[in-house]
Amino acid sequence: MNQLLLRLGLPALFLLEHLGRYAVFCLHALAQLLQPVRLGRKILEQVAYIGAGSMGIVALVALFTGMVLGLQGYYTLIKFSAEGALGTVVALSLVRELGPVLTAIMVVARAGSSIAAELGIMRISEQIDALVTMDVDPIRYLVTPRLAAALIAFPLLTAIFNTVGILGGYLAARLLSARAGIYFSKIQSTLVLSDITGGFIKAGIFGFLVMSICCYCGYHTHLRQDSAGARGVSASTTSAVVQSCVYVLMADYAITSFLM
Amino acid sequence: MDTPLIRFENVHKAFGDKVVLDGVSLTIPRHAITAIIGKSGTGKSVLVKHAIGLLQPDRGEIFFEDLPYSQMSRKAFRTIKARLSYMFQQNALFDSLTVFENVELPLKERGEGTPRERAARVKEVCAQLDILGALDQFPKALSGGMQKRVALARALITQPELIFFDEPTTGLDPLRKNAVLAMIAQYHARFGFTAVIITHDVPDIFLVAQAVRILDNGQVIFSGSPLELEAQKSEALRPYLDGHGILAEELVGLGSRAAFVEAIRGAQEKPDVWLVVLRLTGLREVRDYRGQVAAFSCLREVVTRLADSPLAPTGLWRVGVETVAMLVAATKTTEQDLIQGLATILASCSTATAVGRLSNRRRLTFVAGAAPLQPHVPPLHQVHALLTSARGIPL
Repeated sequence: MNQLLLRLGLPALFLLEHLGRYAVFCLHALAQLLQPVRLGRKILEQVAYIGAGSMGIVALVALFTGMVLGLQGYYTLIKFSAEGALGTVVALSLVRELGPVLTAIMVVARAGSSIAAELGIMRISEQIDALVTMDVDPIRYLVTPRLAAALIAFPLLTAIFNTVGILGGYLAARLLSARAGIYFSKIQSTLVLSDITGGFIKAGIFGFLVMSICCYCGYHTHLRQDSAGARGVSASTTSAVVQSCVYVLMADYAITSFLM
Repeated sequence: MDTPLIRFENVHKAFGDKVVLDGVSLTIPRHAITAIIGKSGTGKSVLVKHAIGLLQPDRGEIFFEDLPYSQMSRKAFRTIKARLSYMFQQNALFDSLTVFENVELPLKERGEGTPRERAARVKEVCAQLDILGALDQFPKALSGGMQKRVALARALITQPELIFFDEPTTGLDPLRKNAVLAMIAQYHARFGFTAVIITHDVPDIFLVAQAVRILDNGQVIFSGSPLELEAQKSEALRPYLDGHGILAEELVGLGSRAAFVEAIRGAQEKPDVWLVVLRLTGLREVRDYRGQVAAFSCLREVVTRLADSPLAPTGLWRVGVETVAMLVAATKTTEQDLIQGLATILASCSTATAVGRLSNRRRLTFVAGAAPLQPHVPPLHQVHALLTSARGIPL
């Protein structure tokens, strides 16, 4: 019995410790936004890196996602002679679900992983300790600008994803000889503001989740018990990517249930 | 007596089962250079990281000007941290920033000065450390020695009250090692900060430090001045003192100060032995790193020539940062002959001549003194007496 309790208790304590540390980490980073002096430029740099730098890949993925949706939707709807609803299917799928989720996953892959690795390397090479000794708050210097940039960039990237995805769906529809007028008019008539705001709310929450998890994993590389040094950085990066994707999907379900 | 700047009281620290600090109590005196010596893995860096707030002790207390860290508010601790600086053993330079950005960062993040003022300050410090040409480069593109100097520039840029130097000379060649130590001593004399140097380069550090603390197995086994340490006979200190005595001075193959004291005691019984002291003066006014390296190159050449000269000294020792002592059999010579002989040797040294040419600008020159060895007078007192009456040697 004692062994069983020990086996359950230790991971539970470990989990609680991590959750507590994560909560303090996030609150500390967010609290810094209340004193924005000398943060503006760093936030802009990060918006450029996370946002502008990810635009190309997000647009490319959006284009093909929209085209696949268009293709699948067309062949499904045609069975019910409802191909006129293709625009609605593509737009609702993208705006409500696929836009925010796939944007988040693409940013995790492109920027989140590199941020986790960068912070991990800074940690093992004592660069973060050096900031502490210079009386520079490392969370304010390294994490807050990235978190703020993610909150700005994710909704914008999601908007790009949605727009390009809808155009991709249209392109697929045109290739299948669907009519352009119906495609867009259906979107206009069925898509409501709450669909769009819901998608942006998701994007904001995903941005916060992704960036806080990636920064947290990289920043705390030195606390890993399974590995150290370069292998520790690699493990932190993997764990940042995996956790971000899993929590994005879990959060997606929770938010959708709440918004529906 | 002055309150120590930092005081460790019964500090314990363990990482898992490994006890690193086992009840360490020591003080860091204000305005002095303190050397913390110990073998690798004895917890020197761990101890110092407690003082700068990177680690917290498991037990015990650390005081800054008699204020305990554990009872300080976060704001009070930040105020203290702003007065400290730390130079990491592995430099910890930001590899994604240029040298200029690295050195400027502490000023920029604290919001000190305008961009123009910060740039001027960075250039001034970098010029003194001879890294002005590397301002636009990234740390990875620099040699180990240059990276050390960038780290030193970053530590000095905020003009802190206390600087911790974690193995500042590790990996440097002897000339550069001496130049870095001399620069620390010079900056210390100029700005009056308190310096703590963690090192295992025992012979070098004894010449610049005013206080020595030895850590062994997580405990302090010696606290005192370098001269007090040299006078110790304790078995526990033997490895450090033996190492100190046996190790030839890396710079020029000279004996250490402790070896000098031992040797001169033996020679005091012999008749007609002269003590000759030669000093390169003005080194402390040389503020740039390149000048320091040049000065130590000169000292090395001079000593090499002296060893093979007709003076045939029976021993050569380094008794100060820029001071060399030797014993000469004086049966056929006088003080004037000795000084003249030294002048001839110095004139044949190309680096010494170069230093002579620079002396108008740099005020670098040699002084020398010679006198028969006095029985019953402490050796270092005799050196001091000779230096106070030493004569300049024209170059």
